[in-house]
Amino acid sequence: MRIKILIRLKSQILEPQGKVIEQSLNNLGFNEFHNIRQGKLIELDLPDNLSKEEKDQKIDSACKKLLVNDIIEEYEVLG
Amino acid sequence: MSFKSAVITFPGSNCDRDALCYLQDLTKGVVYNIWHEEASLPQVDLVILPGGFSFGDYLRSGAMASKSKIINDVIKHANDDRYLLGICNGFQILTEIGLLEGALIQNKNLKFLGKNCFIKKKFKNNFNLSIKEDQVLQIPVAHNEGNFYCDNETLKSLKNNEQIAFEYCKGEFSNSEENINGSIEAIAGITNKKKNILGMMPHPERAYSDFHPSQDGKLIIESLIT
Repeated sequence: MRIKILIRLKSQILEPQGKVIEQSLNNLGFNEFHNIRQGKLIELDLPDNLSKEEKDQKIDSACKKLLVNDIIEEYEVLG
Repeated sequence: MSFKSAVITFPGSNCDRDALCYLQDLTKGVVYNIWHEEASLPQVDLVILPGGFSFGDYLRSGAMASKSKIINDVIKHANDDRYLLGICNGFQILTEIGLLEGALIQNKNLKFLGKNCFIKKKFKNNFNLSIKEDQVLQIPVAHNEGNFYCDNETLKSLKNNEQIAFEYCKGEFSNSEENINGSIEAIAGITNKKKNILGMMPHPERAYSDFHPSQDGKLIIESLIT
């Protein structure tokens, strides 16, 4: 199964790239685009025969050990 | 007894050679260069995690290096109360390992900063003993993710435990800034609670020789060996 993990900076942390993207979009006439924040998406394959519990446990463990720095980031498994 | 030290090299480290020369010139003792895949460290007084872009800064600066094989022994070295210094990318690696609190995020103005900057010591520790109160040091920085962040609770504890080693300050250049990268309270370097581990963004190993514009970086090694 294909897994998608969305990682973003916590809302209280300044995300300067989003600010610059917003500025550029506004300059292009997209004036209604606000509060833009950029994150990252990690996609990976896990075997189909894993139970939901096993899958959740493995993803959670990988996020805590490497993929996410919980001081500054939060994550969400999509779909 | 002579002072022994080691510098760890990761793929993408680019200040390891400078750190080796810095230690050789200032400690006059044995300096080992250790590849990150080695399983063990020799018994030394000080280990430096050097600057650079370990593992291409993939995922987050320092994230991959913090899981390298040698890191288990680096943690043991620190747990034995021996000195550990992380410079720039080395500081980022120390926060990713969890040996130092907080995290280093992208500079506030989105620019890579490669320039001389000014710092002064905040709280006393073994790494800054030879530096006087209010003495302004000129030491270069070269980083994109040097903006120190921690939550309010951690900040309070860093202050209560006197863990803030260096803060950015204004210097003699007319265009020098008080806080170059947006770090909380202009923090440039912190220690752990026991104060045997220091992480700092400025590069003291680029400010010690006669051919460097400043020799203020000497003071850190002098603090440790005197």
